[in-house]
Amino acid sequence: MGDLVSISSNLLYASFIIYLIATFFFGGTIRDKQKGRSRVAGKIGIGITIVGFLSQVGYFITRWMASGHAPVSNLFEYTTFFGMMLVFAFIILYFIYRLDFLGLFALPVALLLIAFASMFPTELSPLVPSLKSHWLYIHVTTASLGQGILSVSFVAGLIFLIRQVDQTKRSKHTSWLEFVLYVIVATVAFIILSSTFSALNYEATFEAPVNGQQGEVTYELPALVGPAGGELTTEGVMAPLFSAPGWMEGQDAAKKLNTFLWSIVGGLVLYGLLRLILRKRLAASIQPLLKRVNPELVDEVAYRSVAIGFPVFTLGALIFAMIWAQQAWDRFWGWDPKEVWALITFFFYAAYLHLRLSRGWQGMKSAWLAVGGFGIIMFNLIVVNLVISGLHSYA
Amino acid sequence: MKQMKCECGHVNPTGTVLCEECGKPIEGNQHIDGNDRQELLNMRYDGSARRSQTYNRTVVDKIWNFFSSVKVGVWLIVITVIASGIGTIFPQEMYIPSNVDPAIHYRDEFGILGQIYYQLGFHNLFSSWWYMLLLAMIGISIVIASIDRFFPLYKVLKKQKPKRHEAFMKKQRVFGKTENAQIDVERFKSNLKKQRFKVTEQDGHILAEKNRFSRWGPYVNHIGLIIFLIGALLRFVPAFYIDEFVWVREGETTVIPGTDSQYYIENLDFILETYDQNDERFQEAIQNSGGLVPKNFQTDAIIYERSEEALPGAESELQVVKEDSARMNHPIKFGEFALYQSSYQLNEFDEMTFKIHDAGDEDTNYGEFTVDLNDPQTEYQLEGGYRVVIEDYFPEYELSDGVPSSISKYPKNPAFVFNVYPPDASEPETSFLGIGSNIPANENNEYKLGLVNFDVRDVTGLSVKKDHTLGIISLGGAIFMIGVIQGMYWNHRRIWLQPKKDGVWIAGHTNKNWFALRREIEKAVDGTNIEEPVDQYEMKS
Ligand code: HEM
Repeated sequence: MGDLVSISSNLLYASFIIYLIATFFFGGTIRDKQKGRSRVAGKIGIGITIVGFLSQVGYFITRWMASGHAPVSNLFEYTTFFGMMLVFAFIILYFIYRLDFLGLFALPVALLLIAFASMFPTELSPLVPSLKSHWLYIHVTTASLGQGILSVSFVAGLIFLIRQVDQTKRSKHTSWLEFVLYVIVATVAFIILSSTFSALNYEATFEAPVNGQQGEVTYELPALVGPAGGELTTEGVMAPLFSAPGWMEGQDAAKKLNTFLWSIVGGLVLYGLLRLILRKRLAASIQPLLKRVNPELVDEVAYRSVAIGFPVFTLGALIFAMIWAQQAWDRFWGWDPKEVWALITFFFYAAYLHLRLSRGWQGMKSAWLAVGGFGIIMFNLIVVNLVISGLHSYA
Repeated sequence: MKQMKCECGHVNPTGTVLCEECGKPIEGNQHIDGNDRQELLNMRYDGSARRSQTYNRTVVDKIWNFFSSVKVGVWLIVITVIASGIGTIFPQEMYIPSNVDPAIHYRDEFGILGQIYYQLGFHNLFSSWWYMLLLAMIGISIVIASIDRFFPLYKVLKKQKPKRHEAFMKKQRVFGKTENAQIDVERFKSNLKKQRFKVTEQDGHILAEKNRFSRWGPYVNHIGLIIFLIGALLRFVPAFYIDEFVWVREGETTVIPGTDSQYYIENLDFILETYDQNDERFQEAIQNSGGLVPKNFQTDAIIYERSEEALPGAESELQVVKEDSARMNHPIKFGEFALYQSSYQLNEFDEMTFKIHDAGDEDTNYGEFTVDLNDPQTEYQLEGGYRVVIEDYFPEYELSDGVPSSISKYPKNPAFVFNVYPPDASEPETSFLGIGSNIPANENNEYKLGLVNFDVRDVTGLSVKKDHTLGIISLGGAIFMIGVIQGMYWNHRRIWLQPKKDGVWIAGHTNKNWFALRREIEKAVDGTNIEEPVDQYEMKS
């Protein structure tokens, strides 16, 4: 057993590195002026991507063998799988449109997702009875594939915005675009901070009331904000600067707030450094790389991935979910937050498709919608799971 | 606006924008599809006459036009999305503990925001009248918008002729002129056929078309949505849908609610299994979750049906229907009904046996008696002449504000006030007995009661379902999926070719996916001397 688990995590690690290498090859396609060489780089890039994808499939299968159930049952497993589906969706769209620069943006997003996933507990966990059904696997994997394909439209939308937003003057567009890039940078900051402090085995323990009873909370990051009414019991670590408000009394609520604050602050520092070095908006610095990109084509890729992803998402996240819920809880729909947010995602993309029918909604506006849609997907994955957790709670 | 005869001889219905047969823009109607402000023609519905764009006088027209607007449809969806999002900020009423007053719960748990949330009715959003109204309006909008577009579109695609008006050709997004006397039209046609285009000809004018059926995708999926909504509405009709709940103690037989007393259930055994704490694979996660991770909940039960022949008044007979187990993901099914494992209560007290002994000596025994906690007697006559009267009984005892009371009628934490009458004595000795407490009312009590033995049993909670809407809902879902796939994974494409004195004109149209269309045209003109057309569309952004 132990062996399979370590093979599995090595495969995941390998696929991470391989995606990283593939990203560099896709990067080569953009810088290179000679068409011939950049075509070769693109071919190598997609070849390596496929190898990485297969390696990640290997991770998935071996982990399944080790635990006896499909590894999509906690936040780590689910997010990793989501990253894998994003890569898969990218591969599909690559073969439809053969756009190298799509890889240059899609793979880093997948890399971020996988790295982000590894910040959550990675041990194998057993399944509670309500989760035990083939429909669970079918539901989760299809929904995730749908989300992966829909996310490609975010990637394309982002490329479109970076390419098209006028960077010569400040506008709402430039500010929002910087905000989106800042969020990505903050995610990187979160990953760096979490892995650094976990490598240092940092721990700060508090005695604090949890749901009305005295309990213990252990922070893995230095406490900027301590639990309400908590008392630090570990010695020689930083004392919290202030306490969480009293109503945040749920298990780990203050700890999550602390992690969130660290990510915001870390993101600001990292973003500030980048701005200092580049002396330009981030988007303005990337823009020249995308000069050769045809915006209409990117717009079509964004739309196409919604057109392909929407049916898959509907099938997985709503229809299969309903079949599963009907079997597990004898009700196909229960308005729990996870379900509602899947419905919101569905409605959102339905609205996107209808808006595309009218003139004036192609291009910029629909690129923003694609970014918003991804925001909803991530909200569903992270905020709903960690904050508004319902029946599905993966965390 | 009256019926208009086009120069091609076709008579178009009122409100037509582009002639149904030749596509010539009809003068005076171009504003309808916004063609007057645009270089290119709006081809979304091929310029067919739609009711919503033609009439706007009566109230019916106004309502029709309101609901058929995509803008309105999208707004309805957006409002629903925002409302739904708000509905997840705090838990819905069905997810808060059932024994608290929601008005107080929301205020105490979530503060002022919670109180506002409650007062605005968001705690019950998904069954509120206005949420229902939103969904109903989306439904109406889908129906009207679809009817408004489907019939004209169907007609125009059926009537279209290969021979197109020049203005129609020139104002297509993909358009090109070739001046060349050596055009290989036959090769062009065979190239198109190889790509599975259907080619029709009229006086040398060519129309190549494929995947027209994909245009019906949206209408199919909208029909699916409507069927789904109807199925969901039928759940308010008891003939279609019943949802009840029943608690059954082990060994007990009770009537199953919602079945008109036709069915009974006997709980043979309730089983709760947990994951082995020593399972290597999951050890870490199990420990993190505090030790007990349930693996299986199960009720072994017998279902009985009341026999039909029973005379009125006579004791009806129960006949065994089946013996089965209800587990998660595995209900017991009988007749139109299904029983789902959905709750349980472990170790509820069933019987308790007490003895009377000397206050100072636990080993003495003046007689024993057994109380059935679900049906306690008021008085017990013991063999030694002692008599015990139950003065008060609290099945689930709790001391609230210094007053003993019971929070439920289920014996989860039973407590008693006993009066013991020794033989020949007329004055009883009173004492209080609960789990972990044994308090004499008077310090001089001679006798004491002690617990000798007790029996516990589990209670299972089953939900009773009858659901005849599932078929309708599944049908709706299936039709929806078919429609979405039909509309999304295929695209409607048309290519027109017109012979000219010194060459040809070519134009193309697709409802989505222009790059793919241009690739197909590229293949179609290969080796024909026809020049590739250009995309005349320029993105404004
Ligand atoms: C949540 C509910 C809805 C869903 C899931 C839905 C789904 C869809 C889908 C998937 C398409 C195809 C889009 C495309 O091919 O690009 C479509 C098209 C369309 N929908 Fe909806 N729809 C919904 C509600 C509505 C509403 C409320 C209206 C009312 C205005 C509406 C009007 C239309 C129209 C006019 C089309 C285009 C038809 C065509 O191109 O021939 N839909 N819908």
